[in-house]
Amino acid sequence: MPQPPLLIPKPEGLYCPDGDFYIDPMRPVPRALVTHGHADHARAGHGAVLATRQTLEIMAIRYGEGFAGQRQAAEGPLRLGNVDVSFHPAGHVLGSAQIAVTAGAQRVVVSGDYARVPTPTCAPFEPVPCDIFVTEATFALPVFHHPPPEAEIARLLASVAAYPDRAHLVGAYALGKAQRVIAALRQGGWQAPIHIHGALQRLCDYHIAQGIDLGDLRPATETRGKKADFAGAIVIAPPSAFASTWAQRFPDPVICFASGWMQVRARARQRGVELPLVISDHVDWPQLTATIAEVNPAEVWITHGREDALMRWCEMQGRAARPLHLVGYEEEAE
Amino acid sequence: MSLSAFATLLERLAFTPQRGRKEQLLIAAFASQPDPDRGLMLAALTGDLRLRQVTPGLLRGLAETRVDAQLFAASYDFVGDLAETIALIWPVSGSDSPSLSEVVAELAETPKTRLPGVIAARLDGLGPSERYAYLKLATGALRVGVSARLARSSFAAWAGLPLAEVEEIWHALAPPYAELFAWGTGGPRPEAASRVPFRPVMLSTATDLEALSALDPADYAAEWKWDGIRVQAVSDGGLKRLYSRTGEDISGAFPDVIALMDFEGALDGELLVRRGAQIGSFAELQQRLNRKTVSAALLRSHPAGLRLYDALIWQGRDLRALSYDARRAVLAELPLGPQIDLSPQLPFASWEDLAALRANPPEAVIEGVMIKRRDSAYLAGRVKGPWFKWKRDPFLIDAVLMYAQRGHGKRSGYYSDFTFGVWHGEDLVPVGKAYFGFTDAELKELDRFVRTHTIERFGPMRSVARSKVVEVAFEGLNRSSRHKSGVAMRFPRINRIRDDKPASEADHLETLQAMLPSDG
Ligand SMILES: [Zn+2]
Ligand SMILES: [Zn+2]
Repeated sequence: MPQPPLLIPKPEGLYCPDGDFYIDPMRPVPRALVTHGHADHARAGHGAVLATRQTLEIMAIRYGEGFAGQRQAAEGPLRLGNVDVSFHPAGHVLGSAQIAVTAGAQRVVVSGDYARVPTPTCAPFEPVPCDIFVTEATFALPVFHHPPPEAEIARLLASVAAYPDRAHLVGAYALGKAQRVIAALRQGGWQAPIHIHGALQRLCDYHIAQGIDLGDLRPATETRGKKADFAGAIVIAPPSAFASTWAQRFPDPVICFASGWMQVRARARQRGVELPLVISDHVDWPQLTATIAEVNPAEVWITHGREDALMRWCEMQGRAARPLHLVGYEEEAE
Repeated sequence: MSLSAFATLLERLAFTPQRGRKEQLLIAAFASQPDPDRGLMLAALTGDLRLRQVTPGLLRGLAETRVDAQLFAASYDFVGDLAETIALIWPVSGSDSPSLSEVVAELAETPKTRLPGVIAARLDGLGPSERYAYLKLATGALRVGVSARLARSSFAAWAGLPLAEVEEIWHALAPPYAELFAWGTGGPRPEAASRVPFRPVMLSTATDLEALSALDPADYAAEWKWDGIRVQAVSDGGLKRLYSRTGEDISGAFPDVIALMDFEGALDGELLVRRGAQIGSFAELQQRLNRKTVSAALLRSHPAGLRLYDALIWQGRDLRALSYDARRAVLAELPLGPQIDLSPQLPFASWEDLAALRANPPEAVIEGVMIKRRDSAYLAGRVKGPWFKWKRDPFLIDAVLMYAQRGHGKRSGYYSDFTFGVWHGEDLVPVGKAYFGFTDAELKELDRFVRTHTIERFGPMRSVARSKVVEVAFEGLNRSSRHKSGVAMRFPRINRIRDDKPASEADHLETLQAMLPSDG
């Protein structure tokens, strides 16, 4: 007799009937397991949340201490109802985890968002053998070959050197990407202060408190400074800040944006970006396909993104695959 | 100029929004690059480097020998640009950096049968950004946000020459522009190119009744705005040329018009299909466009002619500094035939009079009125003030979104190509497609609607729940046997989203049928 499925897609998200919980649900549910702190995965208002300690602390920073009725930090293997649950690093952002759900001989791994490029800002992805590997497909097209981050940082530093009178404003999302960019700048030899938008302050402070060295960070929101003070400076801000009057305080700014989408020129031009930086915290096509080959599951489930292309690749490889068409995960916020 | 340097230039141009800074980049390239490469670069930017045998089909076929066809199609659909897709997806890379002249000569001289192999070998040897530059060069459409005019004006700025003089001889020059660069570095003006010159055309800006009410109608003349092709007809010592308003020589496609040009001068007018007084539709004129030669049958069935607006040069005299009234007086002396006449002036005493005329034009091929200041000189380019166009109001209907497809270019990644329909009895019948007219915020709203209301997918196309009403604006309606609805809209666009209307209140096909021109 075939085993009943361990996880089933529902409008709220992936549901585990044997454990009575959801993973990364888009709507409030009685019990949620959360892979990482990005807003489309970690929502406020659940009855109980199980996640890594760092993810819980990040949720508290973003939503306030009362973000859920109860919270539990995942430490070591756990038993929920009739299933075993364990959390494994995903390499995506600080605290990010893949969630393995095991019942009898069957194991499903929900990878959430994951990355394979090492960064000092979080633990590296750990491949977990499984029967079903649940993956996103954000960059699942063979056009996505993200260059090494050090090459992109070198382009940024070359532009800073070429335009010493201008400020470089680098758009980067507040959780993960901003710190990944800052850490890469430090590794690339930029030891000068980096200015950060106020919206990044608390999450940067949290990274530092977790022992991640981000160097000399200064607030960029002070209005007392003169425009010329920011000449030659690197300023990190959430991309939304560029549309506001905030950007006007900088001298003739060069708008940069750190995202895997920047590989497609039209995307960069849509956003009015002058210096696109292809720096991603997701897997590109070679990394995605290599990860599936490495994990080697009997079946691949695809949550969202370019599922048609990944389905096609799986078909060519003779791998069973299934699209889940989960609605609610935002791929813009990469 | 190495292909790497060209690739870097294209990248910087594409991502530099400021026109002035783009000009600086081009000036630096003209100054630093050698001949003939800088001339080839200029030709690539102005769209004059035509390596016509490198077709999109050839490139696509080549890519599909290296990448699965389905994965390629999905990638192209997402990226929205063929050269960029191939540059990114090509599985092998190298670090070659040949010169522009080397690759241009190779592309121009390689026989067609050997071309795919030669291109594939090049692609293997290049890195992704050089591949992009190479493919852009090969296909001709650079799309880096530099118009031909900006490229020419940057050249003029670098060379210290008046732009108007460069533009006057441009049509007679050919890549790699050795004579032009010689002129730009202190040599003589290329003389052979100075015959039958094209002169920059005067353009209008849009207006409306509110803006007009501040002006004195007595200072202005008005004419119909004819829906043909704006042209400049130049006859100079027996040589005759017909230029489009951008200076493209279209004489080859219009020998019948060239034969009519029995004058000495440069005249501004509208190219129309006409059988004496009867003026053909724009669709009829389209049959005559984009042809190198034209058959005798087409000349008989779709005869072209001119309706004249203005005179720039007459009998060797430059009239451009004279007033509009004075130039029209010269034109009125011209002997005219059945296929060439003067665009009539409209009698009006007030803007309301003109509004009434505009609301009820005598011919379907009129798309509004032109308003020209009587004392204005003939000026190059789009100058705000002396000439206005006051277009007919668009037609509006409320329609229901039915299908959506992802856009290309700037809109890639968004569902931005929409098919909409109106009621026909109990069913919705598609009546048109639109992919612009909306604001960025409306595009995001429509994209989200599509993603959350998909009921069926066919490849890149999605069928959506029939619940979103949009107001569609369009310029005219024709009968069409190719469309199920029997009607075809001209220039449809999404004017606004009608969230205040349920789908049941969208318009019916009968409303559209009533808008059809009665002559069919
Ligand atoms: Zn994420
Ligand atoms: Zn995500």
